[in-house]
Amino acid sequence: MKEFTELTVNGLANGAILAITALGFVLIYKATEVINFAQGQFLIVGMFMVYTAENTWGLPWPLAVAVGILTGVVLGVAVERLILRRMIGEATLSVIMVTIGLATALAGLALGVWGAEGKQGPNFIPSGNVKLFGSGEDAVFVSANRLWAVAIATVVLIAVGLFFQKSRHGIAMRAVADDQQAAMVQGINVNRIFAMAWALAGAAGAIGGVLLASIVGSYGIELQGFAILVFPVVILGGLDSVIGTVVGGVIVGLLVEYSKRYLGVSASVLIPFGALVLILLVKPYGLFGQVRIERV
Amino acid sequence: MATATGVYHTTYGKDLALRHTRAEYVRLALLAGLAIWLPFNLSPYWLGWTNLILMATIAAVGLNILTGYTGLVSLATAGFLGVGAYTAANLRTFFHWPMIPAVLVASGMAALIGAFFGLPALRLKGLYLAISTFAAQEILSERFRSWKRLTRGHGTITNNPPKFAGHSFTSKFEWYWLLLVITGLVVWGSINLFRTGLGRSFVAIRDQDIAAEVMGVPVGRYKVIAFSLACGLAGFSGALQSFYPDTLTVTWESYEIDRSFLFVAMIIIGGLGSVSGAVYGAAFLTWLPNYINQFGARLQTSSFKFLIQRLSAIQLGVFGLVLVLFLLVEPRGLARLWQRAKDYFRLWPFRY
Repeated sequence: MKEFTELTVNGLANGAILAITALGFVLIYKATEVINFAQGQFLIVGMFMVYTAENTWGLPWPLAVAVGILTGVVLGVAVERLILRRMIGEATLSVIMVTIGLATALAGLALGVWGAEGKQGPNFIPSGNVKLFGSGEDAVFVSANRLWAVAIATVVLIAVGLFFQKSRHGIAMRAVADDQQAAMVQGINVNRIFAMAWALAGAAGAIGGVLLASIVGSYGIELQGFAILVFPVVILGGLDSVIGTVVGGVIVGLLVEYSKRYLGVSASVLIPFGALVLILLVKPYGLFGQVRIERV
Repeated sequence: MATATGVYHTTYGKDLALRHTRAEYVRLALLAGLAIWLPFNLSPYWLGWTNLILMATIAAVGLNILTGYTGLVSLATAGFLGVGAYTAANLRTFFHWPMIPAVLVASGMAALIGAFFGLPALRLKGLYLAISTFAAQEILSERFRSWKRLTRGHGTITNNPPKFAGHSFTSKFEWYWLLLVITGLVVWGSINLFRTGLGRSFVAIRDQDIAAEVMGVPVGRYKVIAFSLACGLAGFSGALQSFYPDTLTVTWESYEIDRSFLFVAMIIIGGLGSVSGAVYGAAFLTWLPNYINQFGARLQTSSFKFLIQRLSAIQLGVFGLVLVLFLLVEPRGLARLWQRAKDYFRLWPFRY
């Protein structure tokens, strides 16, 4: 029971971070129909900027996090302006490969600037253990930073949900995702919406990266590999569904933790990706995606 | 010895011919001459790189059949290289098979597994297929990494070099001829594939799958055939690599996702939908990391020493930048650049 609770909390924490990362991915796909293979690199670039802002420039942590998010936004907008806007109308493969090239270039940049070793960075989330329930011998402790990660991620996701429901820009983004031409006719600047989607994805990447680094305990380049799990998440939840990222993220996060413990490390890779292939075979639009896949 | 000034074919046979002018025959003869001249005049170091390029070409040509001609994306080439390499090395070292059947069975194995992962292609296209092959790559690399029985608990397999009639086949010079013949056959076969019904069906599926279906092309079946063809060629290349003296040791690090990206980059930089493009791309991207390494070695004595520690970062960055730049500036790759250079001279002094 004790172990199970621990696994559940870890899984929820990973799932929450996965949901934020996948959110960036889905925002881009919804607005621009681009599959962004560089989401993992958005994660580490934002995260490393927080590290630099805190360690090298000596900023307090709230400012450092703001610097990281700002970097994510600037990076996202730059990528959209300089690269993806020029790829509009190109074949799927070219668009995918441009994001892969971008991912490689960003990984090279991060490796060159920050090096390969993990670093001790700002750790603003309180660590230590929290007693969840029980007392004496049976008390169940979980690490506090995971609970905090879940809480912060929930706040971010709710904020994004409200943004889509209430804000002018959020509604405009939904309109563009629904039908670009109709949105244009309403006077929505579609180019600006594209840039906004990339900016939000960059910001989401930075937040996900900082949360991930603080629960792992080190700021390292290998954390970009975490974003690979975004693919099972978005396929499970549906490529164009925001709510799907939350549900998919939590399911995949829990699945990975449980299978790692009970079935071995291999299973924690094989199960999510095997499930991905199966879902694509049976129900390719996922749990919450729109059923409008062109079949042949 | 002029280049063609227009299309003056009067028979279908002429229309289908691969070479129309004398200049094209001369070029072929020059190429053959170069291929024979090379091994006698290259240092063993460069001959080794030539061999690696030849082996990479096989997989790149296969991938180009799938991506460039059939319009399906595969991000799992490295995984299938690995399937070929592991199968061949297993058969050779643990079951003492001779090289030829081991390579053939290994290619068949890769083709079979490829057909399985190609099944989502029956229903899906584009993005979803890319994600499905991405998952295939992750699953395969995980298996290479942690399936103990695959290597009988050693973690890696070191293959035995092939033997023919008591002679161990280990020199780069001998391998060059073997690979030249094999790669030549693969290139020749795939160029001619697109003059057959099967190849034309692939192109039809790429251009408009619904129209292809209406014209009587069994789209689903042909997609899976294209998939297993590409994966089979990747497996073939991998199996050959496991016998090649410089790459006898089969380890999982060689079959990770970045190598798959490398192969897709090869066909994009070389030119999608062009067999010669796959050859250019394989040559360019096999050689580029090596060039960056040499460049780094030269820096050793200069004042830019600090760059040396960052060499792997530079390699990654340059690779990514080259890929992005090609896609933005010349999406049809090196093959198209060559075509444009030819057109420039053909039309000179006019622009068009």
